[in-house]
Amino acid sequence: MTVTPTRAVGTDFDRVEAAEKVTGTARYAYEHAPDRDTVYAVPVQSVIARGEVVNVDTDGALTLPGVIAAVWHGNAPRLGPADDPELALFQSRRVAYRGQLVAGVIAETLETAREAARRLRVEYAQEPHDVVLRVDHPKMYKPSKVNPAYPTDTEYGDPDAALEKAAVTVDLTYSTPAEHNNPMEPHATVAVWENDGLVVYDSNQGSSAVRDTLAGLFGLPPDAVRVIAPHVGGGFGSKGTPRPGVVLAALAAKVTGRAVKVTMTRQQMFALVGYRTPIIQRVRLGADEDGTLRAIVHDAFEQTSTVQEFAEQTTTPTRIMYAAPNRRTTHRLAPLDVPTPSWMRAPGECPGMFALESAMDELAIACGVDPIELRIRNEPETDPESGLPFSSRNLVACLREGAARFGWADRDPAPGVRREGRRLVGTGVAAATYPAYRLPSRATARAEPDGGFTVRIAAADIGTGARTALTQIAADALRTAPERVRVEVGDSALPTASLAGGSSGTASWGTAVVRACEALLRELDRYGGRRPQEAAADTTAEVEAAERLSRHAFGAQFAEVGVDVDTGEVRVSRLLGVFGVGRVINPKTARSQFIGGMTMGLGMALMEEGVMDVEFGDYLNHDFAQYHIPACADVPDIEVHWVDEVDDRLNPMGSKGIGEIGIVGTAAAVANAVHHATGVRVRDLPIRLDRLVG
Amino acid sequence: MDGTNLPETATITLDVNGVDHEITVDTRSSLLDVLREHLDLIGAKKGCDHGQCGACTVLVDGRRINACLQLAVALHGSSITTVEGLADGDGLHPIQRAFIEHDAFQCGYCTPGQLCSAVGVLAEAAAGWPSVVTQDLSATPALDGDEIRERMSGNLCRCGAYVNIVAAIGEVAE
Repeated sequence: MTVTPTRAVGTDFDRVEAAEKVTGTARYAYEHAPDRDTVYAVPVQSVIARGEVVNVDTDGALTLPGVIAAVWHGNAPRLGPADDPELALFQSRRVAYRGQLVAGVIAETLETAREAARRLRVEYAQEPHDVVLRVDHPKMYKPSKVNPAYPTDTEYGDPDAALEKAAVTVDLTYSTPAEHNNPMEPHATVAVWENDGLVVYDSNQGSSAVRDTLAGLFGLPPDAVRVIAPHVGGGFGSKGTPRPGVVLAALAAKVTGRAVKVTMTRQQMFALVGYRTPIIQRVRLGADEDGTLRAIVHDAFEQTSTVQEFAEQTTTPTRIMYAAPNRRTTHRLAPLDVPTPSWMRAPGECPGMFALESAMDELAIACGVDPIELRIRNEPETDPESGLPFSSRNLVACLREGAARFGWADRDPAPGVRREGRRLVGTGVAAATYPAYRLPSRATARAEPDGGFTVRIAAADIGTGARTALTQIAADALRTAPERVRVEVGDSALPTASLAGGSSGTASWGTAVVRACEALLRELDRYGGRRPQEAAADTTAEVEAAERLSRHAFGAQFAEVGVDVDTGEVRVSRLLGVFGVGRVINPKTARSQFIGGMTMGLGMALMEEGVMDVEFGDYLNHDFAQYHIPACADVPDIEVHWVDEVDDRLNPMGSKGIGEIGIVGTAAAVANAVHHATGVRVRDLPIRLDRLVG
Repeated sequence: MDGTNLPETATITLDVNGVDHEITVDTRSSLLDVLREHLDLIGAKKGCDHGQCGACTVLVDGRRINACLQLAVALHGSSITTVEGLADGDGLHPIQRAFIEHDAFQCGYCTPGQLCSAVGVLAEAAAGWPSVVTQDLSATPALDGDEIRERMSGNLCRCGAYVNIVAAIGEVAE
């Protein structure tokens, strides 16, 4: 594959929509009012974790002036089949988890809709619930695959025998709690039926997918549904698949014949929009005395709901990280009476690498080998399980450059010996990785009469800078200045595109944009430059024909922490990341995305924990006062670098995705630094005070 | 609510970004919902509706507040500045320019609140208000990194733009 020569790509660009975002004129989903008669729907959630809705008494709600309708199983229109049963809204009396939607109330104003929702009387037949994940749960089973389509288990050689014979072994159990995505913009939809078709303004990570889902549910051809999402206030995976709110909006609009607005409250999001499953992981490593790995075994135990199977691919990074002839990875799931977990930034890699990279630190100590040297010593030449060559792999370069920049060479490995005032100080390192996915997409490019160009693709800019990166990519492909290129995204009426997910956006959409621009240049050539001209591209064949390679980004994370000797308070004083991600399209926004991922990783390490209320069966701490995410004062200056990495076997840009790798490894680097500071190994996230001073 | 079940309403005047509005509000309405749902000033954002995230931060009579925690009816006669009122015509406020320059946002949803909060921070520091990290309580606080981080911690950003937000505010504070 020939990588396109660049002028705009690789240069700092301000976000195309920057002025709109700083002046408050960027309009997000809930801020669209298709007409003056737009009304408000408020979702009503189940207060039991398992059972049935017997009846909903709507009298108290419907007698309020301004209330238009109340919708529940007893009166809701029937929907078509849903791939995701979470979207079969009000189609069954069953309640599968506390917080599941059981009704919706529609009123002329938000205030009235809320009051009416409060007055709805829902009668339940409650059944005992089961909401606690444990390794020996009797319902624990082996799913047929893990997200999105990886083998559930893998095994090579004889890992049990190799562990038995190894000179040094570690056998460790780690746990990560439920973590909630919490994009700042709650999931929101405004829906209106027009001319037998459905128009929704919706906050999502891919308008094409939402369109197809709604079309199926409401029995419409896809082109009768239009999904518009020009600005999306973050998603981190939680807006990657349609959620019950979008269905409620469309249902309520159908029932009332009005344009209807629906938003989740922050509290409702903790049950309704997916979350990272809690995971218990066992890691066993067997090595020679010099740290050369002989066996790697990584087992993950996770939860899913009884509504829909979601199997986080927790141990998949272990399949590609380190060389060892004997290896096994497994996943097991327990279906509980809990909300359905789903994608949260770097599903699989993020929690999996917390365990693997903590265990590598523990092995380094057991072997008396520097943790960076241990990783370099176990660097594989080819993908250790598939045997495929890597398209590029610069983990060692990232570790070495990070070590030089961080000042690793002077590090005394002894734990718990550096005291500065009230604090014990330590440093830690961990590796990061994330797959370089690419998915089929379509795009069009048009040469406008005024000399400019318009590129259209139903991509999503959820804060990633996609609109800006695609502008740069198109400008280079068209051999013009970015100022002459207008990129339209965020609308299902545009050419069908893949999701903003799996760090695949720029690679997938960029390929389609480049191919459309190339086709346009050929058209312009053929017609002597006469405008307007338009050309289209569909990358399905190109993506499917890609050669078989192991494609992954890699990185190295470094952390320095100070731990209060009396209170156990951990403060991260430095974070430094070095990444190998192919060609960086927009260094300015890329740096921000890495920093953002590392910031979320800091939250994972120290704060984030969804606490299951065993008695009532929901996440107890479902707001920002109790579910803590990093605030400004928690985050030090974060340093980010990337190594020069040329990879011409990925896509025309030579780029790997960068949205997720920043969160991978951060928590392990922090936990390893906490151990270095204190001598206390915390294997259960988050690193709470009581886990250090208990 | 009384036995008639009718919403209680009140007519109030608000000066929003220099424009007087006489509006009849449901007495249950927050300032945030009045701005967003009645005046179509959608700059102030609803991230939690509970005063926990800061996305709704606006300036009321020059002081930063969470618009979701204010009942609009209680603000009769107040002067309100939202993010839409920061720019001077087409000329961006220095803090808006600095946010673009430093890439101090990604999804942009918390950004209006961050910007209004930053304008409040600059005014509070200029007025000599200390924060919990201020060392010398008698001097005018200098907005270094620690001061900015402390004073901006009521505005959450899930994209993790804090590093760039601190840099942007620091540049304007100089």
